[in-house]
Amino acid sequence: MLENIRLSFKGIWSHKMRSFLTMLGIIIGIAAIIAIVSTIKGTNEQIKENLIGAGDNTVEISLYQGDWTYEMGYEGIPTGVPVINSQVLDEIKDIENVVGASLYLSRQEFEVYHLNTSISGGYVLGVDNSYFDTCNYIIKRGRGFCEKDFSEYRKVALLDKDSAEALFQGEDPLGKTIEIKRQPYVVVGIVAKAKEFEPTINSIDDYYTYSQDASGKIYVPDCTWPVIYQYDEPQNVVIEVESTDDMTNAGKKTADILNGYLSTTDETLKYKAEDLLKQAQDIQELSKSTNSMLIWIAGISLIVGGIGVMNIMLVSVTERTQEIGLKKAIGAKKSNILGQFLTEAAVLTSMGGIMGVIVGIILAEVISRLSEMPVAISIPAAIAAVVFSMAIGIIFGVFPSYKAAALDPIEALRHE
Amino acid sequence: MILDLQHIFKDYNQDKLLVPVLKDVNLQVEEGEYVAIMGPSGSGKTTLMNIIGCLDRPTSGEFKLAGTDILALKDKELSNVRLNSIGFVFQSFHLMPRESALENVSLPLSYAGVKKKERKERALKALTRVGLEERATFMPTQLSGGQKQRVAIARAMVNNPKILLADEPTGALDSKSGAQIMELFQKLNDEGVTIVMITHDSKIASHAKRVYNIIDGEISQADEKEEKNEEKD
Ligand SMILES: Nc1ncnc2c1ncn2[C@@H]1O[C@H](COP(=O)(O)OP(=O)(O)OP(=O)(O)O)[C@@H](O)[C@H]1O
Ligand SMILES: [Mg+2]
Repeated sequence: MLENIRLSFKGIWSHKMRSFLTMLGIIIGIAAIIAIVSTIKGTNEQIKENLIGAGDNTVEISLYQGDWTYEMGYEGIPTGVPVINSQVLDEIKDIENVVGASLYLSRQEFEVYHLNTSISGGYVLGVDNSYFDTCNYIIKRGRGFCEKDFSEYRKVALLDKDSAEALFQGEDPLGKTIEIKRQPYVVVGIVAKAKEFEPTINSIDDYYTYSQDASGKIYVPDCTWPVIYQYDEPQNVVIEVESTDDMTNAGKKTADILNGYLSTTDETLKYKAEDLLKQAQDIQELSKSTNSMLIWIAGISLIVGGIGVMNIMLVSVTERTQEIGLKKAIGAKKSNILGQFLTEAAVLTSMGGIMGVIVGIILAEVISRLSEMPVAISIPAAIAAVVFSMAIGIIFGVFPSYKAAALDPIEALRHE
Repeated sequence: MILDLQHIFKDYNQDKLLVPVLKDVNLQVEEGEYVAIMGPSGSGKTTLMNIIGCLDRPTSGEFKLAGTDILALKDKELSNVRLNSIGFVFQSFHLMPRESALENVSLPLSYAGVKKKERKERALKALTRVGLEERATFMPTQLSGGQKQRVAIARAMVNNPKILLADEPTGALDSKSGAQIMELFQKLNDEGVTIVMITHDSKIASHAKRVYNIIDGEISQADEKEEKNEEKD
């Protein structure tokens, strides 16, 4: 076997140009696959990271009507949806892997103004004093809410970076007054996530996926909520869990607890956790299916490469007819000849595979530089690619090798 | 008796025409004998040699090699006979052009499954036997015709076969190199190797103990040659 491999390298080396051209089909095919797979993997990792927010590990559980979050109309809270009291909240906090839980109210609001500047599609959130802690928010500037803000029903507001930018456009918002539905609120501080995270936007699809997050949030004490809106609105729960992997499970359990208290006749009303992991997987599926097309094309190039290998092996068998005859005369068995040619084909395509992986990695890096798409090199994919190209060599080498092994030694020796 | 051929016929089918090449060939060779077969071109010498060398099967007849009925053997068993019992030497050497002398000689050993280290030792020993041990690393292009043939002989002898078959071993060599090859054959024969050699050249044939003539596929012993040999000795 080792002897066969040594002979194969010698044979390949003695026909450098020819061997390289033969390998080219395999090199191109493997390089394309490695580049595509690296890009898919990079994109997937990025999608997951973007959606999950680089590990702040919070899950929001809201009331849904069918597939959409429940929209408050004038009729108020639907019957059978009880107020979530602190006892229920304690129950949620007792769920395994849940670190903290807070209640908040939320509405998308178009009527938020600073002088004549408005914010489009921002969210107003009525929060309790533990909210920022649960969500791992920190006060970037100014101050946070204090006990007195709640006990004295102060109309104060905290902005996040996006809403501050949209409303003040570079001006210092601290101490300024904004109007939420004509109600004046004083901006006392700017909040941000403890782990600063910016989703990477590569395409228009990405933009739509993350834009809802980027439209800005305005936080007010929940006790002042009825001033802007009304009493008894459906509450949302945000929980903090120990690790990213706990998010789906803990979110589901929280929703189950809340649903247990529902006594509404509307079957479509349900608490649901915003399942970012699943959302990430769905998007990944989508990108996978568009790229599987490219993989097919690369696969076809591998088959073409394999046919090239078969062709050159057939030429090689003809060229080496005398050598085969001599080897048989001095005692080589059919299996010896078969092994020699199969090894040569496998070594040829494996070398092509290794070169293809190298070219593919370089290609992936170039793609990522040019298009700013993320890439992640997958070692298992690289190994699989080399093994796969070896298999191509063996598959397409079978016919020429068998032809060599079956040569009549006398005819072969007479061959000029 | 190491070679025993009885009533060997060989026909070739050419364009539906049956061409008889060997006609009732009988040949017996004892162990340690040195036999030459002479004949004009196209008389069937190589055809006979291929049958003796287990590369070809006769159309009819019987062939025993060291008591084994060769014609009853399967392909794989024939390979083993060629590997272990027969050494082949050809007019055109047939060395692997990209392998050194040593690697060429060790080729049959690798088919016999001999380990790498032992392969090298034994190949070197075989090269020593033909007087080329200091040329072990030379490539065939760096060797003269006579040296190439000696490498080929070393390769034929490396598995210590009982029989050495040579098809015009001096056909491509000048008379001086040819004489060296004949010396080597004599030495091998003295060591007990049975030699069957084909040649055009009566001078070369005269080195053998027994000479056969093959004409038009029919074999006969050349008595006069034998007498000459006896005179020489
Ligand atoms: N495969 C074949 N098909 C048809 N005829 C063949 C075949 N092989 C050999 N022959 C014929 O058999 C005859 C004997 O051939 P062979 O090679 O044995 O001659 P030879 O005595 O070795 O001649 P030379 O001295 O030229 O080598 C020739 O007439 C040749 O044409
Ligand atoms: Mg001949």
